[in-house]
Amino acid sequence: MTISKHIANHIRDIPRSGIRDFFEIVQSMKDVISLGIGEPDFHTPWRIREAAIYSLERGHTGYTSNLGLPRLRECIAEYVAKHFAVKYDAKTEIIVTVGVSEALDLALRALVNPGDEVLYHEPCYVSYSPSVVMAHGVPVAVPTHPADNFRMTAEELAKHITPKSKVLMMNFPCNPTGATQTREELEKIAKLCVAHDLIVLTDEIYSELTYDGASHFSIAALPGMKDRCVFLHGFSKAFAMTGFRIGYACAPAALTEAMMKVHQYAILCANTMAQDAAIEALESGENDVQMMRKEYEARRNYIVRSLNDMGLPCFKPLGAFYVFPDIRSTGMTSREFSLGLLEKKQVACVPGPAFGVSGEGHIRCSYATGLDKIKIAMERMAEFVAENRK
Amino acid sequence: MSTMHSLFWLAAQRFPADFSTPFMDKILPLLRNNARASVSDLAKSANLTEHEVIARIAKLEADGVVLGYQAVVDPQKVAKERVTALIEVKLTPEREGGFDKTAERVARFPEVLSCYLMSGGYDLHVVVEGATLHEVAGFVSEKLSTLKGVISTVTHFRLKAYKENGVELRREVGPQRLAVAP
Repeated sequence: MTISKHIANHIRDIPRSGIRDFFEIVQSMKDVISLGIGEPDFHTPWRIREAAIYSLERGHTGYTSNLGLPRLRECIAEYVAKHFAVKYDAKTEIIVTVGVSEALDLALRALVNPGDEVLYHEPCYVSYSPSVVMAHGVPVAVPTHPADNFRMTAEELAKHITPKSKVLMMNFPCNPTGATQTREELEKIAKLCVAHDLIVLTDEIYSELTYDGASHFSIAALPGMKDRCVFLHGFSKAFAMTGFRIGYACAPAALTEAMMKVHQYAILCANTMAQDAAIEALESGENDVQMMRKEYEARRNYIVRSLNDMGLPCFKPLGAFYVFPDIRSTGMTSREFSLGLLEKKQVACVPGPAFGVSGEGHIRCSYATGLDKIKIAMERMAEFVAENRK
Repeated sequence: MSTMHSLFWLAAQRFPADFSTPFMDKILPLLRNNARASVSDLAKSANLTEHEVIARIAKLEADGVVLGYQAVVDPQKVAKERVTALIEVKLTPEREGGFDKTAERVARFPEVLSCYLMSGGYDLHVVVEGATLHEVAGFVSEKLSTLKGVISTVTHFRLKAYKENGVELRREVGPQRLAVAP
């Protein structure tokens, strides 16, 4: 019996992740400096880890309410009101999830009927298109361009809206480009969403990592948008808590209730000690966030200047911890560039197309790595570019 | 975790004021992180030109903001470990100058690494280093306690260091991360 023929068609047809392919090559090599890692290089701040340990000591080892610990939901409501200027009811409009990934999955499963179209900007986080497919939706990529510093424009979005469009997914600050949105552009996008009755899933996981004093602005804070937005956020990036797997979704009560159905049957509740740690993060972690942001900002300044100096044009992103330089001057494809750089100089960067076809001609460099390593990586990359310039 | 990053991190935890707005000087936290950072690295990180960096460092030094550059050393790993004592000193304040005169006299001894005026049960907190227990004891009994104005001393010898100048001596291993992650 061959088991393969029994695998569901829509899962079978999801292509293998470009990141995973690349990971296996990197894994097989020694002494590689990786700029390919999409998670903070900081330890979770000690006070937060200590809260998780204390949670275990007190014996908090049972389930929590499906929606998450009431105290955590209250903290989230306060935090979102303070930082994003959107008020959610802690009892009915917030659900604590296993990372933003789960929150995204819940929202899609709660909203999408088979055949509904889900729009998202591209390049984007690797899971966007597969998540839509897994929810039996049809993914529709809206390309973003280097000329716009990879911002999604309302103009480009409008070209891709059809009568079947139901949901728009957005992630700003963006993995992999570091792009951020302006309030003006978000207002235009919001108008389109209202006109075409689109629900917006706004994944703002990198919002605390916004630089040069720029302030993050959420589309959910625009007048009338809260009612058609699912605000997604988590602790992984700002508080360096990736392994805790803890995130949340804020949405109108009826939608939260629908998402809760999926969550309660698929997951039951998010990890209890991680929820206790998350409370500590929100109550007293802001200083740590600020310190990490300063460190990322210094690294960003370094890496952006180095890349431009070596002739790989790269705009200075205002958010996240990625830069997305243009490597077309070398005459290579993204994959050729990444593989060459890895083989000849032992530096790993992820080829842009791993984040969608519109990433071709670019590579993603993460600066969630110590400045000393970034320095060596930039030196090696400059040599590689010089040796391969057309 | 890389050295530079962890030093920055620790410096940041110790001097949070430098990391909130506005910066007294962009260069200062970077130097506290790594005083050996090259001018070109500092320029890139602070988004300044190399000339600006050199000028700012010169000004910090001239203004007495930056007093020196020292290595952070694990005392237990130095071949010949030195003896360190923390001494609580009680003083009689003088009519003019309060504690300052005596404190400055104490601070002038080369054996004294640091010297602070304290609130609470005693007046001066003096850190003294010497080659042997005997040498430190000699300093206390002959030099320190015989100074005019010194009423009493209590000497505590250091047994083991866990954190030095903000750097934990038992270093945490870096987070175990996948080589490439989305």
